[in-house]
Amino acid sequence: MSDQPPAADGAPASASPGAGAGSGAPDATASTSSPADQASASDQGGQRGRLTGNVIIQAIIEGSPVVITLLAIFMALVINALLIVFSDPNVLHAWSQFFSAPGTALSATWTSISTAYSALFEGAIFSPATISAAFHGGSIAAIFYPLSLTAFEATPLILTGLSVAIAFRAGLFNIGAAGQFVGGAIVAAWLGFGVHLPVGIHIVVCVIGGFAGGAVLGWIVGELKARTGAHEVIVTIMLNYVMYNLLDYLLSTPKALQQPKQSNLVAPNIAANASFPHVGGPPPQANIGFLIALAAAVGVAWLLSRSTIGFQFRTVGANPRAARSAGISVERNWALVMLIAGGLAGLAAATVVAGGSPPPPLTTNTYGTYGFDGITVALLGRARPLGVVLAGLLFGALQAGGTVMQAATVPQVPVDIIEVIQALIVLFVAAPPLIRAVFRLRAARGGGMEAVAKGWNG
Amino acid sequence: MTALTAAVRLPVTTSRRYLASASFILLGLIDIVLLGYFAHPGHATFNLSISGSGVQIPNVHAPAALVCYVVGAISIALGVMRAFVELERRARRLSIAGALLCFLIALLCWADAGNSTSLNLVALIQQSFAASIPLVLGALAGCMCERSGVINIAIEGQLLVGAFAAAAIASELSSLWLGLISGALAAGLLGLLLAVFAINFLVDQIILGVVLNVLALGLTGFLYDRLMVPNPNLNAGNSFNALKIPVLGDIPIIGPIFFDSTIFLYITYALIIVIQVGLFRTRWGLRVRAVGEHPTAADTVGIRVLWIRYRNVVLGAMVAGVGGAYLTVGSAGFFSKDISSGLGFIALAAMIFGRWTPLGSVAASLLFGFAGTLATVLSTLNVPIPSYFLLMAPYVATIIAVAGLVGRVRAPAADGKPYVKA
Repeated sequence: MSDQPPAADGAPASASPGAGAGSGAPDATASTSSPADQASASDQGGQRGRLTGNVIIQAIIEGSPVVITLLAIFMALVINALLIVFSDPNVLHAWSQFFSAPGTALSATWTSISTAYSALFEGAIFSPATISAAFHGGSIAAIFYPLSLTAFEATPLILTGLSVAIAFRAGLFNIGAAGQFVGGAIVAAWLGFGVHLPVGIHIVVCVIGGFAGGAVLGWIVGELKARTGAHEVIVTIMLNYVMYNLLDYLLSTPKALQQPKQSNLVAPNIAANASFPHVGGPPPQANIGFLIALAAAVGVAWLLSRSTIGFQFRTVGANPRAARSAGISVERNWALVMLIAGGLAGLAAATVVAGGSPPPPLTTNTYGTYGFDGITVALLGRARPLGVVLAGLLFGALQAGGTVMQAATVPQVPVDIIEVIQALIVLFVAAPPLIRAVFRLRAARGGGMEAVAKGWNG
Repeated sequence: MTALTAAVRLPVTTSRRYLASASFILLGLIDIVLLGYFAHPGHATFNLSISGSGVQIPNVHAPAALVCYVVGAISIALGVMRAFVELERRARRLSIAGALLCFLIALLCWADAGNSTSLNLVALIQQSFAASIPLVLGALAGCMCERSGVINIAIEGQLLVGAFAAAAIASELSSLWLGLISGALAAGLLGLLLAVFAINFLVDQIILGVVLNVLALGLTGFLYDRLMVPNPNLNAGNSFNALKIPVLGDIPIIGPIFFDSTIFLYITYALIIVIQVGLFRTRWGLRVRAVGEHPTAADTVGIRVLWIRYRNVVLGAMVAGVGGAYLTVGSAGFFSKDISSGLGFIALAAMIFGRWTPLGSVAASLLFGFAGTLATVLSTLNVPIPSYFLLMAPYVATIIAVAGLVGRVRAPAADGKPYVKA
């Protein structure tokens, strides 16, 4: 598999034989390869000048990446609706009496789905009730509360997504965003409560500390791969659990991170000077962390497409052999890209540790599922910065809405369903032939072969 | 890319031999200095029988510091021998086991020295065996899949789904056996999903594993909150009782460890034998390994590559499902969210550490299971070594192993690469 031609820039999985051997047209390649392949291919061109009506229809018929993504989201929502319905005792009861009262069954089904999904929407985007409330003396800020919450939830997801995405582009699979997140969280939290600095500087120090904490861990992974060939997936998975245990240890040791006079695993609250100011007043949750995430996305975009380092990353990702013969040090780039990836995950941790009103203290629950969500975000965003921001916003919206949905539904629809939606979306995005088969899209030119993954040895 | 990793592979033989001997000597020094010299004065007391068993063996009182010095000396001697004597493979492995055992004895002596409570060794090993069951089954599942060329990092998800289905069905139908079977079937379904997407849709198997783990976590979490919390009778908490094998179970020391446990331990024995013998002594195993190493060649001689992969992935996932079922109907009884809590990843580590072989995986799983159990036992003894570092040990050991510091581990050549007929 190492002697295939480099198809797309920065594909994590190496080029697909089908796409390479089939039609050479760039759009065909883009629509038939793996998410990450598509990500990179469409970045460079071939997609931009094609937005005439005919081409749009063509894209829909053949299932361009965007269409496939939208259909994947739709399919995931449909399957989730089924899940909600089939686990709702009211609906099941209504259906058991379908022949005596068919209307009841249908309306119960509809109520079950619509209550859940409208609560999801109202929690994530906006709720009509707040608009009418604003006319009757309510606060205008309340209208923007759901959006603000979405931005708040999306912040760490965008950053961990960028972390996974940038490593992808250099051909590495960073499953360690979770551990790097913990590394960043430890440093950021310690700087947050352990030192005393003036307002602006303290925040900067925390953010840089978070970046550094994650970057060290990422660098270890890249350096190990460069020096010994240890597969980054195995090392990152293992490091995740090393970091979880390290965090437990630090939080249970009074001299380290444990709050004084506490027996629980909880760190002290960070200083007021270190917590992120809100963007636009207290009620909305969004804070400058969101701006940091957007800035990081712009930075990564610039780095990848405009800088020499980014060019080297993408070359190494597309074809390490070609990169080596071109005089690029593959090993150095592996170490560097993992350092940056780790730093981005650490940055995500800084936004969580110092964000919120007031920021909750660091506990063993702080890291949550951000690291693994970052992988799904990066995959859905096709490893492109803009895509990652959009995917992060989508998953942030689901997260924000999911909490509201859980509260608004009887019997409640647990917020865990958001994870199911995320997993299904990525599963479908990763398998375009499935989507094409379900929606009867024409198979794309080039034989419809999907990307080939690299194994443990590659 | 294969050539690339080959280029940076460490030079083997001599440097590795000295590395091994150096680490043995280091372990020996730790035994003597850290554990022996700094041990609390006094004896360490070890129980060798379970309370209530027929034959009672007197407790062993060991002078802690002296024992530490002796095992440390043995470890150093082993190290010196490794440096000067060229050993065969079997002897090399034995020497590694010897040095580890010495370290372990020193650690236990040090932990219990001068402590009024005695350490029950039999109970410790019995608990580690129990703790290893999901790890062994998960690692065997990994072997089944990866030997046929499909990467399975969804072991965690398969454990979780198995645990959920077992608890739910066992409670609903009040039959533990049906719970066990449905745990295996549910995990098999998740395995089928892995197989379909990896083999038919050629999705990157690492991505797939990650996504399936998220799916399993979300799905079981959702169903737990939605179905089990409102109806506690769906999570009744029944579990298998220990089943003592008539004669063998009464043997002192060995009996309680090997022959007095739930049915899961015996199923695990059977699966270890079946998979080890199957993979290396039968036609099926030869085919599986051929498919995992060189699918094109296997295809040329008429082996149905995709079919073998399908079957192995689904069967492997079912083995993991039994491990998941152990978590609920085999021990805790109740299902709780994220009950597997990373065990699937330890199983993955054990499989890699065991070099993709069933017996190696079992040995690594036992080691990791023991480390975890020791961590909890030591924390009850108020030992000044934080249990978190013992819990980290499996992961650190695996990183060291894949980095090639202690012998290089190598995956099946076609592991993770979808096969497409040319």
